[in-house]
Amino acid sequence: MVSKSVLQEQMAKQEYKYGFVSDLDEDIAPKGLNEDIVRLISRKKNEPEWFLEWRLRAYRHWLTMKEPKWSNVTYPPINYQDIIYYAAPKPKKPVNSLDDVDPEIRNLYAKLGIPLQEQERLAGVAVDAVLDSVSVATTFKDRLAELGIVFCSFSEAVHEHPELVRKYLGTVVPFNDNFFAGLNSAVFSDGSFAYVPPGVRCPMELSTYFRINAQDTGQFERTLIIADEGAYVSYLEGCTAPIRDTNQLHAAVVELIALDNAEIKYSTIQNWYPGDKNGKGGIYNFVTKRGKALGANSKVSWTQVETGSAITWKYPSCILQGDNSVGEFYSVALVNNYQQADTGTKMLHIGKNTRSTIISKGISAGYGRNTYRGRVQIHKGATNARNYSQCDSLLIGSTCAAFTFPDIQVQEPTAQMEHEASTSKIGEEQLFYCQARGITPEDATNMIVNGFCKQVFLKLPMEFAVEAQKLIGVSLNLEGTVG
Amino acid sequence: MLEIKDLHVKVAGKEILKGIDLSINAGEVHAVMGPNGSGKTTLAQVLAGRLTYEVTGGQARFEGKDLLALKPEDRAREGVFMAFQYPVEIPGVSNAYFLKAALNAIRKYRGQEEIDAMDFVTLVQDKAKLLGLDETFMKRGLNEGFSGGEKKKNEVFQMAVLEPKLCVLDETDSGLDIDALRVVANGINVMRSPNRAMLVVTHYQRLLDYVVPDFVHVLVDGKIVKSGDADLARNLEKHGYGWILEETPRPPQAARA
Repeated sequence: MVSKSVLQEQMAKQEYKYGFVSDLDEDIAPKGLNEDIVRLISRKKNEPEWFLEWRLRAYRHWLTMKEPKWSNVTYPPINYQDIIYYAAPKPKKPVNSLDDVDPEIRNLYAKLGIPLQEQERLAGVAVDAVLDSVSVATTFKDRLAELGIVFCSFSEAVHEHPELVRKYLGTVVPFNDNFFAGLNSAVFSDGSFAYVPPGVRCPMELSTYFRINAQDTGQFERTLIIADEGAYVSYLEGCTAPIRDTNQLHAAVVELIALDNAEIKYSTIQNWYPGDKNGKGGIYNFVTKRGKALGANSKVSWTQVETGSAITWKYPSCILQGDNSVGEFYSVALVNNYQQADTGTKMLHIGKNTRSTIISKGISAGYGRNTYRGRVQIHKGATNARNYSQCDSLLIGSTCAAFTFPDIQVQEPTAQMEHEASTSKIGEEQLFYCQARGITPEDATNMIVNGFCKQVFLKLPMEFAVEAQKLIGVSLNLEGTVG
Repeated sequence: MLEIKDLHVKVAGKEILKGIDLSINAGEVHAVMGPNGSGKTTLAQVLAGRLTYEVTGGQARFEGKDLLALKPEDRAREGVFMAFQYPVEIPGVSNAYFLKAALNAIRKYRGQEEIDAMDFVTLVQDKAKLLGLDETFMKRGLNEGFSGGEKKKNEVFQMAVLEPKLCVLDETDSGLDIDALRVVANGINVMRSPNRAMLVVTHYQRLLDYVVPDFVHVLVDGKIVKSGDADLARNLEKHGYGWILEETPRPPQAARA
């Protein structure tokens, strides 16, 4: 971690070194961060003045912030001046439809198993694909538009729906929230935006596939989803990155806002490159995700399957502000080799009769370190609030570790709190039992782990659940296992 | 079908089996009895392939193949089944899912296609009926929250579905009340067939009241010291193991144990 003086020193040096960059018209910005880079990003995105101002305020505030050190992970200091903050693939012409997308990029997605056209036709999934920083193609837009649903890249939203962006951006995760959220606010280059108008139930799963491609690129995407009164939307997010020796930083921000009687379901499968088996390379996944159940009877539900990244630092949380609002967090986090995860949630009960559920399943293998960190806060006035928390850890082998840090703060005597936790280990006896029935140890491990995760997988949309199961097998090096 | 010759096995550096000779033909039911610590469970586990058991000498051939050289899962696929004394629990994995995975692994090994989902359901229903079991337990997690008796019944049920050639039952009768014992014994009897052999490891005569063995072997201190027919088991029940021990001089190294 970088002490402030070192950071400032680096900045000073870099600012000198790179100086003024306004003449650049390459698609990759020089390494390092300063106000000119922020301006460059804003100019590349052709952003209005108010938006640039917001970025600059975020950047200036970020300079005063310190990288958090309380998490249960270790990594060498990050040199924030050694990162490229903007990289865009070069489109030959403006992207209007899928056919206009660079064939190479489409091939890349095909390799990842996300053929856009296939998905468009068969799966009924509208995909907003983010390659490095520019949203490449947004499908299904027209059909959604008929219902008044806006689903587009963040940059497009800034131009097309500035009133919505201005109204909600930073209202759940303000730029001064934390170090990584501040960084993201200053330099994020794209992301997804969705707005579902009052009373509309979004008829398909909205989906974004993120991918980090260029080397030494930080990906800082930002997602903003608003469900207006009585609206419903389910959003799927998948992430993957190619293999690189060096660590790459990914600092995203996701904000969800549910108004009266609205519901947002947000599912993530995170499979960023985890580094090799000796712990070399891999993504640093430092992400701030938060949903605000703003309206009465609203609901925000998070489901995450985290199998990738060298380090994961992520706490998808719910602010239960509206009376009778509901927050949910269902999580599977798997670490293998030298991966580290410090993940969990915060449930902040502010409104009356608010309810929250936390189901966390942590799997540790190899030399992995897996931490569940959760905070449940019942604020004064949140009468009859209820929380149920369950965090289970599964250990595979004897060199991994699991930690649990639950924190419960109750200021309301009518609150009902339940907390359950368990730790178990895949033992030689379980494996032998399966073997004695003809099942290989690899298949047995896969089966046991999937059984352990079942409660969470059931919360995923069908096709994601299948992918999640496969991913667990792959992440534990159980290739060739039966599905 | 099974030919064991001079089998020596160590567990944690200590010799438990000290030269076992045993020959089992198709259609036969053999009972192995003996006092606590005589090596009964070790014999069962080593046949199933448990890695913590170190074979230090001798051999075991199953249908002419070197059983001890096979991986545990391949032994199961060849047709060796062990009913565990203490079956494990696997939460979240249903009995049905587990059993289907086992059946398909075995079928695949034998070059057969995976079983059709509907055929599997029919098979499970038939076998449950045959054994007098309520098949609703198939939806529950594997042995999850099962009583001791339910776990043992589940072992016999799995055996009935997988239809092995050689059934090794490790103290399947232990901890059962009389009703559960009858269900388990009935299951074993239903499975008796001219093509199938059984090795029933037990502590007590009472299982053998229901499952009448063709041969009874008495295992003492890692060796078979006496073999006979079903009458031998009845004598043991009446007189205990003492009279056999008197007939058999104890090897000196056992004196410490």
